[in-house]
Amino acid sequence: MSSAVALFRRDVLLAWREGGTTGTALGFYLVVVVLIPLGLGPDLNLLSRIAPGVLWVALLLASLLSADRIFHNDYEDGSLDVLAMGPLPLEVVAGAKSLAHWVTTGVPLALMAPVLGLLLNLPIEAYPLLMLSMLAGTPAVSFVAAIGAALTLGLRRSGVLLALLVLPLYVPVLIFGVATVSAASVGPASPWPPFLILCALSLASLVLAPIASAAALRTAMR
Amino acid sequence: MWNLANPTRFLSIADRIIPWLAGLTFLLLGIGLYLAFFVAPPDYQQGETVKIMFVHVPCAWLAMFGYTLIAIASIGSLVWRHPLADVAAKTAAPIGATFTFVALVTGSLWGKPMWGTYWVWDARLTSMLVLFLLYLGLIALWQSIEEPGRAGRAAAILAIVGFINVPIIHFSVNWWNTLHQPASIFRAGGPTIDPSLLTPLFVMAAGFTLLFVLLHLLAMRAEILRRRVHALRQMHVERAAAA
Repeated sequence: MSSAVALFRRDVLLAWREGGTTGTALGFYLVVVVLIPLGLGPDLNLLSRIAPGVLWVALLLASLLSADRIFHNDYEDGSLDVLAMGPLPLEVVAGAKSLAHWVTTGVPLALMAPVLGLLLNLPIEAYPLLMLSMLAGTPAVSFVAAIGAALTLGLRRSGVLLALLVLPLYVPVLIFGVATVSAASVGPASPWPPFLILCALSLASLVLAPIASAAALRTAMR
Repeated sequence: MWNLANPTRFLSIADRIIPWLAGLTFLLLGIGLYLAFFVAPPDYQQGETVKIMFVHVPCAWLAMFGYTLIAIASIGSLVWRHPLADVAAKTAAPIGATFTFVALVTGSLWGKPMWGTYWVWDARLTSMLVLFLLYLGLIALWQSIEEPGRAGRAAAILAIVGFINVPIIHFSVNWWNTLHQPASIFRAGGPTIDPSLLTPLFVMAAGFTLLFVLLHLLAMRAEILRRRVHALRQMHVERAAAA
């Protein structure tokens, strides 16, 4: 357990001190959200209606940006082989690294979403649930992205392939995330049922995705 | 199952089955098309366009059948290391993707006269589209990993992950929106389609299923032979290098 925590701390520290990971994701998130009104016109009513969907889609794209880095550096310099030979099960390694990706990408993006919501004229009442739904949904995003990262480890053009493999799997997260925020901003339905399903999706991927990631890592390192 | 594990034996059995299977497939498809075009009555509401159903519905079934087949073959290749499961999973993906595509296109052509538009973001159409994307992901993964052993295992993992996700995606898309008519053949209380339309539909479904199996066998045979040629070539190069 303590070695898993140490691995998690190491990954978060590396991402933090290396810089770039979180900053690039946040910058990308901002750029995508800025482009949307430029493409659709400055109609504030329209923007406030589509804001939940735009914020969620842009968040998915932004968090995929750094996903192919989850295992990449450790694979290149050989530390992944050391981790695989060590006492820690590869599933726990994959889980700790996915969790580190969530903390360095998912959480900052979720915290930045309300600022971008202002740009899109999202009603203020929806902000708590916007952040809450993103904090609850992004673990699923990071853990599923880790499967794609492990599958495409060491391939050329792995980033594009990763997006093609993983984005279709995000359909449920997107639907229930947007449903939660929309219900909070326009009503009339209660936002809690989709929010709870979102939590369930995250919890399920927390348990199941590391198994698949570890299996994929084994095929990549053989 | 294990008798077929030997590729040579599989090839000899496939060689014997394929001509018969091809004959039966074309016979059934011929009967099905005859029934569909000349025997089945036009629908009182939809008119002749209802006949798109005879291609659309079997293709949609086979799209899901294909993915299920890939998932089962993937388990076979990951768990039991069955040497042909790999080949089966790889060759089923393009065929399944094609059937999914045909189902989408015929559905869109059927939607134009019925719903007044080629595409609606209805739950079933959307799940089908996502299924098509999952197929594309599998094919792309096969294409980008050169070493067949790793490609097989990676694609198998992806196929199983996708298979677990398909019901979740279907459920969530259902929650999201629904306009397509609900299931009308396999449901509690018997089918809601008239037998005069149901018989040709089943004949066509059987014909298309055989077509899938036939194409799959042909593709598997081609894949095994391709791998052999590859291995022979490699041996040849190595021998030339040694000499």
